[in-house]
Amino acid sequence: MLLNQFLILGAVLFCIGVYGVIARKNAVMVLMSIELILNSVNINLLAFSLRNGSVDGHTFALYVIAVAAAEVGVGLAMVLLMYRNRRSIGLDELSEMKG
Amino acid sequence: MLAAATEMTETVLSSGWFLENAWIIPIIPAISFALIIFFGKRMPKKGSEFGVASMLGALVFSAGAAYQWIQRVNGAAEGAYIAPIVKTWTWWQNDGVSLGIGQHVDGLTVTILLVVAFISSLVQIYSLEYLRGDRRYTHFFASLTLFSAGMLNMVVAENMIQLILGWEIMGLCSFMLIGHWWEEGANSRAALKAFFTTRTGDIGLLTGTAVLYFAANDWTTKTLGVSGFSIRGLSSWALSGDPSSAAITVGAVALFIAAIGKSGQFPLHTWLPDAMAGPTPVSSLLHSSTMVVAGVFLVARVYPVFFEGLDILGSGANFIVIIGGITIVIAALLAFVQTDIKKVLAYSTVSQLGYMMMGLGAGAWLPAVFHIFTHAFFKACLFLGAGSISHSSSHHSFEMKKDMGGLRKFMPITFTTWIISTLALCGVFPFSGFFSKDEIIDNVGHNGYNVFMIVGLTGAFLTAAYMTRATYLTFFGSPRGASAGEHHEEEGHGAHASHDDHAHDTHGHDAHASHDDHASHGPHESGWLITAPLIILATLALSSGFLNAAPFGHSWENFKKWVEPSAEVINPTGIAYVTGGAGEARISSDEPTEPVVGEEAQSGAPLAAASGEEDHSSEEGHHKSDCGTKTPVDGVCVAPQLNHAPFKWSKAGLSMLIVFAGMLSSWILCVQLYERKNKKLVGLTERNKALGAGYKFLVNKYYLDALYENVIVRSIAHPIARGAYWINQNILDGIVNGAGTSAKTVAGWVYRNVDQKLVDGAVNGSGNAAQAAGGALQPVQSGKVNMYGALLFGSAAIGALILVIINT
Repeated sequence: MLLNQFLILGAVLFCIGVYGVIARKNAVMVLMSIELILNSVNINLLAFSLRNGSVDGHTFALYVIAVAAAEVGVGLAMVLLMYRNRRSIGLDELSEMKG
Repeated sequence: MLAAATEMTETVLSSGWFLENAWIIPIIPAISFALIIFFGKRMPKKGSEFGVASMLGALVFSAGAAYQWIQRVNGAAEGAYIAPIVKTWTWWQNDGVSLGIGQHVDGLTVTILLVVAFISSLVQIYSLEYLRGDRRYTHFFASLTLFSAGMLNMVVAENMIQLILGWEIMGLCSFMLIGHWWEEGANSRAALKAFFTTRTGDIGLLTGTAVLYFAANDWTTKTLGVSGFSIRGLSSWALSGDPSSAAITVGAVALFIAAIGKSGQFPLHTWLPDAMAGPTPVSSLLHSSTMVVAGVFLVARVYPVFFEGLDILGSGANFIVIIGGITIVIAALLAFVQTDIKKVLAYSTVSQLGYMMMGLGAGAWLPAVFHIFTHAFFKACLFLGAGSISHSSSHHSFEMKKDMGGLRKFMPITFTTWIISTLALCGVFPFSGFFSKDEIIDNVGHNGYNVFMIVGLTGAFLTAAYMTRATYLTFFGSPRGASAGEHHEEEGHGAHASHDDHAHDTHGHDAHASHDDHASHGPHESGWLITAPLIILATLALSSGFLNAAPFGHSWENFKKWVEPSAEVINPTGIAYVTGGAGEARISSDEPTEPVVGEEAQSGAPLAAASGEEDHSSEEGHHKSDCGTKTPVDGVCVAPQLNHAPFKWSKAGLSMLIVFAGMLSSWILCVQLYERKNKKLVGLTERNKALGAGYKFLVNKYYLDALYENVIVRSIAHPIARGAYWINQNILDGIVNGAGTSAKTVAGWVYRNVDQKLVDGAVNGSGNAAQAAGGALQPVQSGKVNMYGALLFGSAAIGALILVIINT
């Protein structure tokens, strides 16, 4: 069964994504890592959808892709504004939320 | 299955490697695109070598496919059904639904493949010179190459999904290329407008594909063993008499809306003239000769769907012919009030696309496809000619009135090629446009659409007139503005709506110096990289019409023989299991050349699926089929039976007279207006109220842009915004305020009764505790996003772990 391979691929992508979110300082890279995470979820959805012989997972994956597109749109707009205000997109320099 | 089919074949059609492997053609530029993106900047020619090489490769493959297709047709009997060469691989499948990807190669495919690969190659060669030193040179070639990959993919598409894939790639590349010089606001607005307008139409493409899939899938699966997305499945389904009229009509209308958007038909044509903001090679390739014919191609590709769904050749006018007719006239009229040479050509393109649509709508399938073919050459030539003028003579301006004039002495090659292409566009014998456009007009009349024949003739008159005006303003008279050697002030550039000013802000200082140097020479002929494509295209504009020269008799109608699909009734196995092309079962027909093929299919072979009879037997051949008068009871056909108007010199002579009348009257007017400055004519639009109103109406493009932007967008977007604001103010705020007020009341009571008496004591203790906890948790609130992420994922992992432990 191919399922395992799919799930392993998804897990690997997920880990790379999490690593990117935690370790990267560049906001764009963090957004890309979030995309990786979402896509690893998609791979899982597709794997199980194929296994169960139903198109529900595919539909859900398409939905996730649409949401991800919206998320990146908002994210990039924020990055752009960040860049305009402080000429940098380094996340480590954003610490106004420090308690 | 293949072996079985081969046995019952009467004639084995020849095939060949290029035909079998036509699917490689779109792959070549797609790979090249990746190479340009990843390695282009490091290459000595900045990636352009990949682009040019891939297009030349695609051209060789397309030419090979075209040659082998011609062999295939020539080897078959006259009027026989020539099976397309279909290959399909499963792209996606689940739950009984599957999508294929592959190739569907027939006469139409190889024609458009050849045109696209050929024009793309020439345009890329031309761009080597035209965009030299551009800031985004590499990206330009990348987008251009990806565009070609998309278009070629759409053309070879085996099913609608693959077609949509190519279609959308083209839309994206069009956006990127129109906005190539996005630093100027007008360019990026034009790019957005083009994208959104075509997207509006694309909704129709998705809807239509979905509707047709659900309507056709059962039939195609049972009868042909292919899915409801398949092009041959949809074509034969439409003609089988199976579809309900509602489903097929809705599907056809939706698909035609997509074609309206992509092919710049009324009322969604407004993006196309604005798209001229892109570099001239882009206008030449995408927005005149190839991408904009995608809509026409779509209609030609699944023609039976439109034929049945919109009742072409039925009583009265149909949707397609009406839209096409309107487009011809309104676009041609708009071309008169343009001062920008590229906009004249853009409206001319819109108008010519109208001819193609009108032809398709009136059952003139072959002339319309032939017009795609010839139009590509002469329109690409005209655009590249306009680019040549702006590149070498008018200091990157496209304003005919301000910056051109008298250029025929300075640019003999550009002038000659321009004149040849103009004559082809106007449809003067023996240039190529004559053989295609006149055939459309002729056939439209022949098929009973007399009103639209008059529309076509009016369009021919207008075309001749506006092209004469443009030619006069560009090449005759005396040089003005930049072509007279005047240098624009920098601020003057802002005034030009479409202005290829890449040379100004994108060149480095050295390049800029050399550019000024060459501008100071005044107008001159362009370099060979620019003139060579012009000469090649002009030669084709002159000669390509002879591929289907109806006036010289039947033996000259090669294009018709090679491209037009046969309406012959065939056994379903014939189209269902074609993989290599050699093995389709052809059911012999007695009189294939008769306008109405009346024979019933004599099935010599068992049906692919035994269920074929179920569909038909109940109806006993009563339903209408356009393969012939009688229903193909156990056969299918993939093309409707169409008539061809016999060529008459009297009719051709009449349209020739109209064209010459247009040219002559326009010439006289131009001389009077621009050369003699005739007092009666100059400023006539200001003096005469009616003419002034008409002029204003045209200059404002029938107020369609105003309608879209000020009325439709506002009426939709603004009420939503206002409604959201109202909800925010009244409902949400009300809830918040109400909650606040009641909370205050409750709080007062709590304060008096609970707080004062009970809690106070506890508070001091808990306050101390909270302070301690806050102090301990403070480092967590570091303000570092990465750390928040780590906390999020860490706690999610712990949560997951707990879940796993609980569940096991």
